[in-house]
Amino acid sequence: MAETHSLQDMRQQAAVAAKVFIQRDYTNGTVCHFQTKFPSELESRIDKQQFEETVRTLNNLYAEAEKLGSQSYIEGCLACLTAYIIFLCMETHYEKVLKKIAKYIQEQNDKIYTPRGLLLTDPIERGLRVIEVTVFEERSLTR
Amino acid sequence: MKNCEYQQIDPRALPTPTPTPPPHLGHDSDKTEEPKRRPRRKWQVFPGNNRFYCDGRIIMARQSGVLPLTLGLILITSVLFFIFDCPFLVKHLTSCIPVIGGGLFVFVVITLLQTSLTDPGILPRATPDEAADIEKQINNPGNTGYRPPPRTKEIIINQQMVKLKYCFTCKMFRPPRTSHCSLCDNCVERFDHHCPWVGNCVGKRNYRFFYAFIVSLSFLTAFIFGCVTTHLALRAQGGKGLVFALQESPGSAVELVICFFAVWSILGLSGFHTYLVASNLTTNEDIKGSWSGKSEEHVTNPYSHKNIFINCCSVLCGPMPPSLIDRRGLLPADESVQTAGVDIVLPTLATKNVCTQGTKGLLESATIPPLLSTSCPQGKPPSAHTCPDSGPAVNSDPSPELPTSCGARHTASSHGDNSPPRHAKTRSKKSKRAALHIPNPSFEVPVSPTSPDAGPSSKRRGHEGASFASLH
Repeated sequence: MAETHSLQDMRQQAAVAAKVFIQRDYTNGTVCHFQTKFPSELESRIDKQQFEETVRTLNNLYAEAEKLGSQSYIEGCLACLTAYIIFLCMETHYEKVLKKIAKYIQEQNDKIYTPRGLLLTDPIERGLRVIEVTVFEERSLTR
Repeated sequence: MKNCEYQQIDPRALPTPTPTPPPHLGHDSDKTEEPKRRPRRKWQVFPGNNRFYCDGRIIMARQSGVLPLTLGLILITSVLFFIFDCPFLVKHLTSCIPVIGGGLFVFVVITLLQTSLTDPGILPRATPDEAADIEKQINNPGNTGYRPPPRTKEIIINQQMVKLKYCFTCKMFRPPRTSHCSLCDNCVERFDHHCPWVGNCVGKRNYRFFYAFIVSLSFLTAFIFGCVTTHLALRAQGGKGLVFALQESPGSAVELVICFFAVWSILGLSGFHTYLVASNLTTNEDIKGSWSGKSEEHVTNPYSHKNIFINCCSVLCGPMPPSLIDRRGLLPADESVQTAGVDIVLPTLATKNVCTQGTKGLLESATIPPLLSTSCPQGKPPSAHTCPDSGPAVNSDPSPELPTSCGARHTASSHGDNSPPRHAKTRSKKSKRAALHIPNPSFEVPVSPTSPDAGPSSKRRGHEGASFASLH
């Protein structure tokens, strides 16, 4: 894909100016929820609304993955009856949502962040601890 | 300096072990090509105290504890049951008995293996950039060679004040309910306890397997106990006596002894964990009394859904979280290539860093696998890694802990082992079992397929994982 090629190019050619980390917000317990506070280092690069929208969508997607609903209960009960062997064969609901999240982040990077010299890293690559935003140096934007 | 983590010499690139740097000059070109052709997987550079099999698909704790004993006891008891008791009971009672017994046995073994061989919810360690960012936030003026004071962060969860502790090994603030296991040297999410019977930590991802295992095991032992008692009673009928019955069926005597001792403690453990599941607590929290309301303020468990049914469902039937450590992921090609090139320069760089950075360097070098430390004249013995970070060293004689209960096995570093009376039953049972075998969980079990020099001294993962890979 041409878009990923240019992303990788940028990663290799551009120098990393800084890395901003959006930490987890535990006020609602152990569910995966990131802080929506806009970091000051990104003020010059991206619109506050846009960034908060990205983080809010990610939070909603993670909430969907961890939702305790009838679907997860059915999946859990069925798994218990089969001595959890189906976890080896089937893709769980959580994994399906993680794929959706990966696609969303890729899309956001392509459309919004890469043109501004930023790069979002999928939180799953950081153990769901942080959203890492890599800030590239300004000169990489001249193409 | 952190590059050292990925700069370990690829053992497959070296046909014979070459401990001194100069010979590497000749093999330099080979090494630059080797990593490109065979990219390594992340499990091979995993910093925790774990063993990996099937190219990273299976994960276990470094010390398998008494897992072989657990498996052996279950197998022996069940096999004796099928040989000695089933034929008689099928003839005199019903043929459902071996079917039920067989089904329970299969369920127990599968759940046991799933508990032992699954990632319990290990949190990968913070990347260097993350760690630096956190350091900046804490605003510590700098280490001058002594261990910095413990760092904590206070947050409010559901109107309860929770303290998040900083993990010096993993270089991050531990999420709530996460604890660092000193045996496995990993932070584990929703850490319950490190179970030697199962040879693994019990955490968020494998708690449901563990619970299924102990519940099904209590059914199995109760079932076998009941069947054996019925069998012996039927045989002893007509004035023949118990001795006659035991002589006719000697296997039943063995089963009776094993089941009699097992059934009480396993039933007790199942009951205890049912209580924990219903109140959405972990063994760790229960032992520490985090939410028992000992202090004057009104303290409740902030994670509980306040409804027994919902608590049970969320713990046992909730969505299965993914493994965060990505064992089978490939290491980025540029990092593996970089390793070979910088190899010669590495020793001097590393020594310089250790000298100038003091504690920080010591902490960072703690993640360097022994392969690197042997080739690199840093001269840091593997056992030194674990001391600064996890309190009482990982390898410091865990044998005194064996007689204590399963639950008290968690990080002994930060808390006292004040186990509640609830654990007295399991504790006495385990001490009985301890007397039957070598009470040293660091005893390397013969079934281990890893290299022979994997004694208590070389506990780092990379060495064994890499050597196992070379056997593949």
